[in-house]
Amino acid sequence: MTRRIVMTAFIAALVFFAGYAALFIAPDESTMHEVQRIFYFHLSAWMTSFTAFSLVFISNIAYLKTRRIQWDCLGVAAAEIGVACCSIGLITGPLWARPVWGIWWTWDARLTTTFILWLLYVSYLLLRGLLEDPQKRASLSAVFGIFAFLDVPLVYVSNRLWRTQHPQPVILGGAGSGLDPTMAKVLALCVFSIFAVMIPVLIDRYRLERLRHEYDELRVEIENRAPDPHSVPHSVPHSVPTRGVV
Amino acid sequence: MSTSRAAAILLAKELRLEFRTREILTATVVFVLIVIMLFSYVFEPTAAESRRYGPGLLWISFLFAGSLMLHPSFAREQTNDTLDALRMAPVSPFAILLGKLLANFVFLSITEAVLVPVFAVLYNLSLAGVAGRLAIVLLLGTLGLVTTGTVFSAISAHARMRELLLPLLLLPILAPLLIAAVEATAALFSEQPVLDRTWVPFLLGFDIVFLSASWLLCGFLVEE
Repeated sequence: MTRRIVMTAFIAALVFFAGYAALFIAPDESTMHEVQRIFYFHLSAWMTSFTAFSLVFISNIAYLKTRRIQWDCLGVAAAEIGVACCSIGLITGPLWARPVWGIWWTWDARLTTTFILWLLYVSYLLLRGLLEDPQKRASLSAVFGIFAFLDVPLVYVSNRLWRTQHPQPVILGGAGSGLDPTMAKVLALCVFSIFAVMIPVLIDRYRLERLRHEYDELRVEIENRAPDPHSVPHSVPHSVPTRGVV
Repeated sequence: MSTSRAAAILLAKELRLEFRTREILTATVVFVLIVIMLFSYVFEPTAAESRRYGPGLLWISFLFAGSLMLHPSFAREQTNDTLDALRMAPVSPFAILLGKLLANFVFLSITEAVLVPVFAVLYNLSLAGVAGRLAIVLLLGTLGLVTTGTVFSAISAHARMRELLLPLLLLPILAPLLIAAVEATAALFSEQPVLDRTWVPFLLGFDIVFLSASWLLCGFLVEE
């Protein structure tokens, strides 16, 4: 318990410092000025969500290969983190775009891909909520997850061929790209802090899902047990929610 | 029994089942007609405007039609637990999926064959000289649509609210297919009709990716 409090305090301090660094330490950007500072969290959220969605894909394949329920639990935990971070990206993006581009949103390749990515994983979570049987839920949602992940490059390529407006990659984007060293340090700090928040959340969510599975299994076992006249009558709560969406 | 032979038998069964009642086909054709009629209010359907918006409307209506008509594909098997009978048959899971996929492909292709000429008449588009090339685009687009749609129909059949769930799963996945099919169709309705060098191969790629994925994963769709 003490460990949790210490860890929470540490992560909170880290996030606070990252926010402070993004707002006050990072140098001013020459054309966009203050607005550009949202980029530190925009890009970090995007990196986290992409990592989370890749983790969903890995867990989906691993579940279908091994049939171990742990992978299913990891899949749902990562999908929820991914959707949360993707939402941060989708909200901070338009906030930045309005002063810089003059519009909140444009149907450009990267924006559209991210939006569809978000929709696909919201559908994934919805699907899980609507499948009753735990075995079916795990295997069918894994199949859907794999299809969704395969779709992402296709969405990106198709929109890329069609139209694009998002700024070209600033980092590793070829000649003339690159960040000011201080900016890069602040960015690294922001990425680190958002991962520091999401990894404990992921672990907690994973544990919660494991407990739900265990609870479900125990409930089924009790229901299937033949009534024993000598045993103490037990009551099983049926109204406890067994799973939730997002 | 070979997969292709088993799939052919299952395809014949699906077609026989449908042509006895023609429920799905009739409903889908009428549904697309309604959508086409409603779109006439959205813009002024002159020849020039239709060339701009027509391909998009056409594919949007096929996507909606597909997301509705594919639902019974697996859900129908649940009424009398006939999927269990299919599972017990000594055929590969891919044969079961392929039979249904081909049946859906036939149904949607028939719908398109009926409605594309109607659409062309109502929206002042000329099919003369492009019919063959349009058929290629339609076939490739339809194949991608029914491949993902049949797989998702197998998934949603086990869920609650399955009628609502299928479009939710299917339509976002089909976004790249929609862009490619619309652009390829628009290239055929332009002043100099051409078979688009970018989008037709893209459609083919989409079909190959998802057909392969279905082949690899079909075992999990029909298992007990």
